[in-house]
Amino acid sequence: MAVLIEASDLEKRFGEILAVDGITLEVKRGEVLGFLGPNGAGKSTTMKMLTGFLEPDAGSARIAGIDVLDEPKQAKRQLGYLPEGAPCYGDMTARGFLTFIAEIRGFDRDEAKRRVAAAVEKTQLSSVLEQKIETLSKGFKRRVAIAQAILHDPQVLIMDEPTDGLDPNQKHQVRRLIADMAADKAIIVSTHILEEVEAVCSRAVIINRGRIVADGTAEDLMRRLPYHNTIAMHVPAGRAEAVAKALSEFAAVAKVETVGTANGRVRLRALPHAGAPIPSELASLIRARLIEAEEVHVERGNLDEVFRQITTSDAGTSHA
Amino acid sequence: MHEFVRNTSIIARREFVAYFSTPLATVFLIIFIALTGAFAFYVGGFFERGQADLAPFFQYHPWLYLLLVPAVAMRLWAEERKSGTIELLMTLPISPWEAILGKFLAAWAFIGVALLLTLPMWITVNVLGNPDNGVILAGYVGSFLMAGAFLAVGSCISALTKNQVIAFIVAATLCFLLVMSGLELVLNVLRAWTPGFLVTAVSSMSFLSHFDRIAKGVLDLSSIVFYVSLIAFALFANRIFVELKKAD
Repeated sequence: MAVLIEASDLEKRFGEILAVDGITLEVKRGEVLGFLGPNGAGKSTTMKMLTGFLEPDAGSARIAGIDVLDEPKQAKRQLGYLPEGAPCYGDMTARGFLTFIAEIRGFDRDEAKRRVAAAVEKTQLSSVLEQKIETLSKGFKRRVAIAQAILHDPQVLIMDEPTDGLDPNQKHQVRRLIADMAADKAIIVSTHILEEVEAVCSRAVIINRGRIVADGTAEDLMRRLPYHNTIAMHVPAGRAEAVAKALSEFAAVAKVETVGTANGRVRLRALPHAGAPIPSELASLIRARLIEAEEVHVERGNLDEVFRQITTSDAGTSHA
Repeated sequence: MHEFVRNTSIIARREFVAYFSTPLATVFLIIFIALTGAFAFYVGGFFERGQADLAPFFQYHPWLYLLLVPAVAMRLWAEERKSGTIELLMTLPISPWEAILGKFLAAWAFIGVALLLTLPMWITVNVLGNPDNGVILAGYVGSFLMAGAFLAVGSCISALTKNQVIAFIVAATLCFLLVMSGLELVLNVLRAWTPGFLVTAVSSMSFLSHFDRIAKGVLDLSSIVFYVSLIAFALFANRIFVELKKAD
């Protein structure tokens, strides 16, 4: 698959602060990359360098193989960009604004009309087309900005927090739009909503203090959690020891931990051998043999925990 | 080349229309016409002079532009930076020069519209007497050129700040200095302690002296070169400022 977005050793310094400290990544056609990180981690700065808005202090960025510094116009033609906060010219109508973008993208009058109509349909903007953008609700404003980014059907799409401030329905729509376009594009989506990564991203990169601290699928990242794929259950306090002993006899179980006691019941957690998933039959076996156990379930952990773990544990050792 | 013209004109068209999408255009045009008229008739003594020319009309243009042109220029880049649309603009497939020139030309055309709306003055003076229309044309050309120079300075300052009020005040102050540098008042102060060439240099930077010559009908090359090169210089600085400050 063709690599459409390439960053190599991107660096950017603002005064004393090293905002981006050597970011290297590649996104191939068909991939949707989730760009995660705490506020101020350097997500937006990295995206600004990828889109050619900011000049990196070191390193380079290529869009569809074209260096954004050497041939900015050519690179920008291949690119759709939704900047942070989805800025648009508020004094224009949605139609006027999109037509302006289509013209500056080099489409002639008829083609511009066709493109605007197609983008409007995809983003469901037809009801507000003649309104001034500044009078629109946040959701519509965001969709106008997204329409602007996809108008020329670019190979590369870079979106800085595309669902920020949208209601759940609108978020769902935007995610579906991204998923629909994913097949023939390379897309980067920055977000701090982690469920979004699971919903639309084929890959996630976590950055912290200007460096990439994790890179993989959502599943890969969750595997890094110590309690991923463990089995947790509640048992009456009197039976706890016996149950723990029975559990540790299973071949798949490496260790049994007592997590805590509450209301006369003990919470137990069975950990699998490193990396090995506990087969689901085991869970049913437990249910069958240890009737006293309640609320037996497999803990998967969630991305929020991975995120917190990675971005806080790294803080102490980071050199920035 | 074709692409440059195309992109610049698309940017310029958008900017020009943007002036009219807010009350700014109406307010500006009314005030401009009212003030040019008021100055010509009441301060300049248009009728009392008993001469068929527009000298009292053009005479006050530098002072009017001092306040009004920075008001047109202040939004050009400051607003773009404040609303974040600069990020959108600069990631479209256009060059920075196309954006800078497009914006400048739109604002200049807007001031051109304001000047065109003063044509009733010209008609009046032609009805009342037999003016030298060549001199009047030179006056209009000179006035438009001078407005362009003020505007380029204003656009350049506008790129330095997100705050339109600051952009306005700084640009107006700079324009004031450029106008004042030709007055004897200023030159005398300079003469006392600076070498002669510096006094000449400062006075040659003056909008007033250049404009006076043009308004008298002398559309000489040096004045045109002065305004055009000032515009070029300010826009070049504008380009640098946009690049430096866009990410702030």
